[in-house]
Amino acid sequence: MLTTSQTEVCATFMQLARVIGTVVATVKNESLHGRKLMIVQTLDRHLNESGKPMVAIDSVGAGVGELVFWCRGKEASFPFKREDTPTDCTIIGIVDSEDHVLNT
Amino acid sequence: MIIARILGTVVATQKDERLSGKKLLIVRPINVDGTDTTGYVVAVDTVGAGFHERVLVVAGSSARLAQGMKDAPVDAAIVGVIDAVEVNGN
Repeated sequence: MLTTSQTEVCATFMQLARVIGTVVATVKNESLHGRKLMIVQTLDRHLNESGKPMVAIDSVGAGVGELVFWCRGKEASFPFKREDTPTDCTIIGIVDSEDHVLNT
Repeated sequence: MIIARILGTVVATQKDERLSGKKLLIVRPINVDGTDTTGYVVAVDTVGAGFHERVLVVAGSSARLAQGMKDAPVDAAIVGVIDAVEVNGN
């Protein structure tokens, strides 16, 4: 079981979010060609909105409305060609069931 | 990544040689509905964005991964010009 501070540290790196929209950008850095850009609203562990929406690259095929988890920082480029993809925010998984989210 | 609007340019003659030829722009982060937030960021342009355009800005060490930024001392890069943002169907 994680302590509160450990939970907060983990939340800094990998978080839950809701996909709320998409971004269209025709002119992009070449290394982003073909990548899908989504807007994600970050959530706290009770699935309430917390913080501002961010733009994330999708690596798993998530859709609008889905609950996803995502990572920030340099690790966000690891699902792709890691030395070539300039992203600091990537959707790395789709949550199957919201019932299983820790709700204490 | 964040959405930002280009406010202006920065001119610097004396700079790290790995920044030579790079365009430096002042951008202000904005909300998804297009309203301004506070503050600003100096970012390197990799796409040829123009004044007042909405752009995508990558921050942190990932900014160095943009094409043409290898080994450059950069922590914010403009990597896309935004055509449209759709949130909750709007």
